[in-house]
Amino acid sequence: MRDSTFKGALSDRTARTFMGVLFGATLLVTLLNQIFPPDSALHVSAYTVTLLGKYLCYALLALALDLVWGYCGILSLGHGAFFALGGYAMGMYLMRQIGDRGVYGNPELPDFMVFLNWQELPWYWHGFDQFWFAALMILLVPGLLAFVFGWLAFRSRVTGVYLSIITQALTYALMLAFFRNELGFGGNNGLTDFKDLLGFSLQSDATRVGLLIATAVALASAFVLCRWITGSKLGRVVLAVRDAESRARFVGYRTEHYKLWVFTVSAILAGLAGALYVPQVGIINPGEFSPLNSIELVVWVAVGGRATLYGAVIGAILVNYGKTVFTGVMPEAWLFALGGLFVAVTVFLPQGIVGLVSQHWERLRKRFVKTGDTDDTPAAQGEHS
Amino acid sequence: MGYRFSQTLVAMLVMLLTCVSWAEQALQDTTVPPQTEQGLNSGTDMMDADESNRVVAPPTINEILDQLTSRSFDDKEAAIRQLANQNNPRVIPLLNALMNRELVHNRKDDTIALGEKQDGQWELRDPTTEEVVGHVDSRAARPVVINNRLRTVINNQLALSGLNDPDSDVRYQAAGQLIGNDDPEMLTALGERREQESSQRVLDQIETALNIAALQSDDLTARLNAIDALSGNLHPEVKNSLNSRLSVTDNASETRALEQALKKIDARISTFQTADTVFFGLSLGSVLLLAAIGLAITFGVMGVINMAHGELIMLGAYTTYVVQQLLPNSHEWSLLIAIPAAFLVSALTGILIERFVIRFLYGRPLETLLATFGVSLILQQAVRVIFSPLNRTVITPEWMSGALEINPVFSLTYNRLYIIFFALAVFLALLTLLKRTRLGLQVRAVSQNRTTARALGIRSERVNALTFGLGSGIAGVAGVALAQLTNVGPNLGQSYIIDSFMVVVFGGVGNLWGTLTAAFGLGIANKLLEPMAGAVLAKIIVLIFIILFIQRKPRGLFPQRGRAAEE
Repeated sequence: MRDSTFKGALSDRTARTFMGVLFGATLLVTLLNQIFPPDSALHVSAYTVTLLGKYLCYALLALALDLVWGYCGILSLGHGAFFALGGYAMGMYLMRQIGDRGVYGNPELPDFMVFLNWQELPWYWHGFDQFWFAALMILLVPGLLAFVFGWLAFRSRVTGVYLSIITQALTYALMLAFFRNELGFGGNNGLTDFKDLLGFSLQSDATRVGLLIATAVALASAFVLCRWITGSKLGRVVLAVRDAESRARFVGYRTEHYKLWVFTVSAILAGLAGALYVPQVGIINPGEFSPLNSIELVVWVAVGGRATLYGAVIGAILVNYGKTVFTGVMPEAWLFALGGLFVAVTVFLPQGIVGLVSQHWERLRKRFVKTGDTDDTPAAQGEHS
Repeated sequence: MGYRFSQTLVAMLVMLLTCVSWAEQALQDTTVPPQTEQGLNSGTDMMDADESNRVVAPPTINEILDQLTSRSFDDKEAAIRQLANQNNPRVIPLLNALMNRELVHNRKDDTIALGEKQDGQWELRDPTTEEVVGHVDSRAARPVVINNRLRTVINNQLALSGLNDPDSDVRYQAAGQLIGNDDPEMLTALGERREQESSQRVLDQIETALNIAALQSDDLTARLNAIDALSGNLHPEVKNSLNSRLSVTDNASETRALEQALKKIDARISTFQTADTVFFGLSLGSVLLLAAIGLAITFGVMGVINMAHGELIMLGAYTTYVVQQLLPNSHEWSLLIAIPAAFLVSALTGILIERFVIRFLYGRPLETLLATFGVSLILQQAVRVIFSPLNRTVITPEWMSGALEINPVFSLTYNRLYIIFFALAVFLALLTLLKRTRLGLQVRAVSQNRTTARALGIRSERVNALTFGLGSGIAGVAGVALAQLTNVGPNLGQSYIIDSFMVVVFGGVGNLWGTLTAAFGLGIANKLLEPMAGAVLAKIIVLIFIILFIQRKPRGLFPQRGRAAEE
């Protein structure tokens, strides 16, 4: 049994190993990028730094999904929406930072609004010139949406597949909405052409490294937070909800409250991931809302292994590395590989890579097998009762 | 130009042949039937005309035409009128030729001939027999000049002869052309035609034309009667002429009558526009039904989340395309082959998916969702590799194009109409299969209680595979229908998958009637919202509505009851 206090979560061995590897890798990349000159064999290019930062954002997103799916049994097919909303909030701040350096040189309005002949800034764009306000919105908007949506859904006991499908409909509806120019988020093109963040130019190597470190810190904090949540008493109730929701309810727990809480925290983490993602890739557009993205995200978690947290991180990094390699070498084959991965993981590797590895070191990692055991998910009990 | 000319030529040739056959009949028929007043209506009358011409020896067609050599437009008009009064099948082609500047004045011998320019020369043909009579230099002949007044005269004469055509479709069109025409001669002709017309459709057109003309009458009661008769008439010309009359009249009772008539017309137009919207809604609903009905089987009856359903639809659409490519000369009926072919292709793919993927995942719906999503990516990419990522066009057969015109503001396009019926037919076939056949019984038994079904000797594995194949096959058939409405591309399926799930979940899982209601309900709601909110916003509103609805009634419109419904 783990120590269920926050301090305990910080000091448990898994968290320490995880943070050790994460910070070690980040530090190594940072040093290699900063110390060695560009023509050195040991130099790591800014491209690689950004790529790694991107992977870590995905890892954070996967972590958020693992919290709801692995521990609470809620398969959300709309987590991409929270990610994108966080990204848009950050994008709006970056957009306001451009000021009069845009193509049209309008100090107040972003380029696309000038292009669409808008006369003044829409009300919901106000405040985004302040970083603290944008940061608040990055957490608040996805969190609020998840809270309202979850409150409606869990209160009326929408579960399992139905929940998955309506979360998918949610992200689909948001995608359609954000594609519209009238909504004031840049329509099809989204938000791009960012110049700087908190006064640091987004083009410089130092900012990129800084963003990578920030992402690594965010990921590590989120990991500790999730460890703490899952190890706490609340985490145990959440597990009970996953494994036998009706039973947990009959025992006297308000299961919908627990689910809502976990769902909202997860959405906030997803929003944070999106906000860190946008300055690194330099664009946010409605494509991020597409249902395909959200489903792909599920596969990262499934590949890594559910309900282990670090499994999600490993899965996200591995699959995305594979994607980078494949799309570079043979772009046609990527979708075949991804599709095959979906099938193979669900049919042959229900516990993901982590589960596979842990089988071999059963003795050493006994406790992970216990938490990683997915055979008695509510899904397994449902439908064919 | 060349195409148009050859068309005219063909028309002439047909006329010539008819003429020859009439002449033969006339020769065989020695007894002369008594004269009738009716004129051009039938072949026998035509023979009378020929006979009487022979007796009185009136001017021949060529002689009348030769009067067109005159420079005076009055002379030409007289000639045209005289020509139009001839009971001769050559009249219409010759009037058309005159309109198209294909009737030329040969200056050498001062005659009129049919002329076609060939290599800077005129090839001249005899106006009656169409035999080539010679070639002249391009300067030696010139098309007969006509002005706008003569054009109106010719058009009127053409409409008049159309009005007396034996074919009711031609009469209908001719009468339609005369609507809004206030030439007294035309009106007299219309009035005469009204007395003998037997087709109600043509009669309505004639009445409309006459009533519009009567709006200009000096007699107030005649005007009021006309207004009354035109009230509710949907012909666009009616609204125009009523409005223009409203702007000039100073009579109170007439103004009132006009306003009432216009109000009634507007009310009818808006009624039919609503009907039009509902029709489009039904059409969208039938598409949704086709897309969702296969899912209702795999998801509703078997509890399998098949995210590759959209791709099975896409396979059906591509099968249609392939069948058309294999049978390039038979687009009219290749659809009939495409339907079973698409069913087979998609059903086999479905059975393969079931045997190799889903079989291992029964009872784990969320995992099936992921695995079948992987399958959908593979299928999409396979189609991209085989057929290229570009859209393919499927040719719509002749009998599916065009529209059934009910009135000037409301018409039903045939392809949508057929697809509505097709969707209903597929639905009924499926319903019968599930309720009336042995396989259907087994499917329902396995879906309700697998263990008991197995204990009773049902081979549940086989039933699963067949059920999944059936649902997939229907997706393929849906693809055939969708190929008629949208582009066939690798993303075809993706665009329907979310909608299909919405329909099934909204209607209540495991309930085919629920799926039917949900499909048509959502289709109509979407189309009713569209004019108000725009297409995308309408879709978003419908999606949000479903999300909220599911939260109120998590089991859909028609929830399944009993043990099978409990999770």
